[in-house]
Amino acid sequence: MRHRLLAGLGLALACAHPAPADATSRFVQDPYPSTYRPLPAAPVLISHATVLDGTGRRLDDADVLLADGRVVAVGNALQAPADAVRVDGRGKWVTPGIIDVHSHLGVYPSPGVQAHGDGNEMTAPVTANVWAEHSVWPQDPGFAAALAGGVTAMQVLPGSANLVGGRGVTLKNLPATTYQAMKFPDAPWGLKMACGENPKRVYGGKGTAPATRMGNVAGYRAAFIDASEYIAKNSAAPVKRKRRFGGGDNGDSSGDSGGKRDLKLDTLAGAIQGDIRVHIHCYRADEMATMLDLAKEFGFKVAAFHHGVEAYKLADRLAAEGVCGALWADWWGFKMEAFDGIQENIALVDRPANSCAIVHSDSPEGIQRLNQEAAKVIASARRAGMGEIAPEHAIRWLTANAARALGIEQRTGTLEPGKMADVVVWSGNPFSSYALAEKVYVDGFQAYDRGNRAQQPLSDFMLGQEVRP
Amino acid sequence: MSASIVFLRRLALLAAALPSIACAQDVLVRNATVHTATARGTLTANDVLVQGGVIRAIGPALAAPAGVEVVDAGGRPLTPALFGGITDIGVEEVSGEAATVDSAVKLEDQPQRPEFDVTLAYNPDSVLVPVARVEGIGFTALGANSGGGFIAGQGGVLRLDGSTDPIGPRMLFVRMGAAGSELSGSSRAAQWMLLDQMVAEARGRIAADSPHALLTPAGRAVLARYLGGSGRIVVRVDRAADIRQLLRWAGREQVRVAIAGGAEAWRLAPQLAAAGVPVFVDALSNLPASFDQIGATLENAARLHATGVPVAFSQDGDASHNARKIRQLAGNAVAHGLPWDAALAGLTRVPAQAFGVADRIGSIAVGQQADLVLWEGDPLDVGHYAERMWLGGRAVPMRSRQTELRDRYLRGSATPPAYRR
Repeated sequence: MRHRLLAGLGLALACAHPAPADATSRFVQDPYPSTYRPLPAAPVLISHATVLDGTGRRLDDADVLLADGRVVAVGNALQAPADAVRVDGRGKWVTPGIIDVHSHLGVYPSPGVQAHGDGNEMTAPVTANVWAEHSVWPQDPGFAAALAGGVTAMQVLPGSANLVGGRGVTLKNLPATTYQAMKFPDAPWGLKMACGENPKRVYGGKGTAPATRMGNVAGYRAAFIDASEYIAKNSAAPVKRKRRFGGGDNGDSSGDSGGKRDLKLDTLAGAIQGDIRVHIHCYRADEMATMLDLAKEFGFKVAAFHHGVEAYKLADRLAAEGVCGALWADWWGFKMEAFDGIQENIALVDRPANSCAIVHSDSPEGIQRLNQEAAKVIASARRAGMGEIAPEHAIRWLTANAARALGIEQRTGTLEPGKMADVVVWSGNPFSSYALAEKVYVDGFQAYDRGNRAQQPLSDFMLGQEVRP
Repeated sequence: MSASIVFLRRLALLAAALPSIACAQDVLVRNATVHTATARGTLTANDVLVQGGVIRAIGPALAAPAGVEVVDAGGRPLTPALFGGITDIGVEEVSGEAATVDSAVKLEDQPQRPEFDVTLAYNPDSVLVPVARVEGIGFTALGANSGGGFIAGQGGVLRLDGSTDPIGPRMLFVRMGAAGSELSGSSRAAQWMLLDQMVAEARGRIAADSPHALLTPAGRAVLARYLGGSGRIVVRVDRAADIRQLLRWAGREQVRVAIAGGAEAWRLAPQLAAAGVPVFVDALSNLPASFDQIGATLENAARLHATGVPVAFSQDGDASHNARKIRQLAGNAVAHGLPWDAALAGLTRVPAQAFGVADRIGSIAVGQQADLVLWEGDPLDVGHYAERMWLGGRAVPMRSRQTELRDRYLRGSATPPAYRR
């Protein structure tokens, strides 16, 4: 817990100043650092719009002022500098940039050819050593399509074939030639884990462990036992070795006693210490409960369960434990563990106090219209007699709550002054099939303009194709 | 036991077996915004009278015959029950569990089986049926998927009212292009080669006992029917070059084709319009997901329609469990230039016409089967939902396994969930 508190403090400081290198645990040092730089942009004043600021507020006929890559103010009759670009917001709605906590853009890019299958390191059930960012192809045309849907940041995760799939990376959705130039500065990594059918099918099918759900859990435990020992060995102050987990001087699973770095255990140790946020692909309520116990056993915190089609059966507990549910609006039935999906899942997970419901995509199509996924939830809740969920509340599912799960909530996800100017201007109420993102700003730079093709990014892959959509 | 008691018991059993659909087939829907999906367009403040399961009258302030239930629509939209797309509803329960999936045939010796008829596997008790139905979906085209051969087999139109058999003619499903090439010797060129050979067999130009025959006798007979112009051949194809070949082939062989997918169909819009080929568009497909879809665009439906191509919708992805998503396809097509009425037609009249059942379903007109949906708001907007529904004039209970699960967990109580119902 102490580690987590310190980690949170480090992050808060990082908002103002880059964290000094020596403050970073060796488990999460970054030899592949972000080179992302906001693009220069004139100040922007969006006026007379309906603003959902992501904190739960709705402001009608309001202005939004952006300058120097930051949100300066949201309110009525704001004064703008003389050089500000003025955007007539009448009839438009303005929201924070959309954040998707579950994407495989870049690691399973378009076109979906064999050579692009870089999302699942299906060679061992625990591959905490792999980093999704090393698979990201920045030319994936899906990034631009997501931008046209208002997505300004996303977490790109490894797939779910493995018990522990590896590190996920959070990107800013500004096109670049390298992934480092998209990497969200100082955002914590995610650790992708997976429950249930996928790992046991992949490895059981090869006649290796795990072949069952109990095999899955044994696999997580073995990995975290190794990681706990690794932490003990790598502590600054020598600690008395506890033999609680049965380890001896032979050291960790890779047999590297004596402090040699183990990439796999670095990642797991970072997760235990709270510097890497744990994101678990998990469908069934009973399995989510097992994973919460696992987290307690090894002292890590679950940032979010992803997919969680049965999260509604466990909504109170998720809220009580501060665990987010990153969910679909309507997917179900494609496999047995998805058989109990319901359309009110997100609304029910959202219902308790202190809940953290998130609309996620896991899809290059879905990421383009997370606002419509939320609209489905609003309609389903209305149909179920749960009352009318206000737009200013629902927007949090795809902005502030997503930022919270990714550990970037101090930086983006709302339109509070000082936050990154990640902003979407919509053609109308975003919770509709007809709503279109018209202008999308990333750190104040207009990265997308629906009315101007020159202001729409185009992947190198699409250049010079004889067929141009 | 007397015969009459046995009869009554049987009647009771029958009634118990059909709890989901009420018996009355008469209703008067008053004061609706009636989207007819016909040339009459939208009629505001109109009534629709249903008797005996059939639409008897449409007009303002109709008189209510005695004993007919009257439903006040309060101005809300009334549409024909929607088309759910080309799906596996009723022929699969859980996609990942092979034992529950019957949508494709894979026979090693003789993979091309046009005689395969997937509708024989249709299970009207599938949980997918009510899940789709409560969303206003009244019919689907059950499609055969390619398993062993790129000629996938036949499907048919199923109404989701509990009926056990398809209506209208069968369709033949074929897959062309990259997705079919692994079933045709690794080249899409071989699809035309093999297809030409099968046509020759079906037309009797190749002896039935030829050692190289691709089709069984039953397969020859079935393919011959489609070559005679009875029934649609639905071709799943995306690349413009493949669509061009398809149009040539269809013209040469005088067959009636429809296209499913058609990511690059907009490039051949004039030719498709001239040939009267309907296209079932996945209106959310805008990525170059494969080298067959480089030209994919959200404006596909709008461009096709503007050129006079009949546009319907169907999903490439999770078409069956999430058939309800088809409304989202239509709404997004509207957001990208398709007129609203054309989008609704793509969910109603156009598919009914393409599959030869428009004389019964797919529009609101006197004499049509009363398959109707009353919506809480705009039916093409995901922000609204189907409020009430009638199939053959019978009120459909707006319940499914999913609403039951919802209701169980919606109400908190000290009782374990297993005791709540």
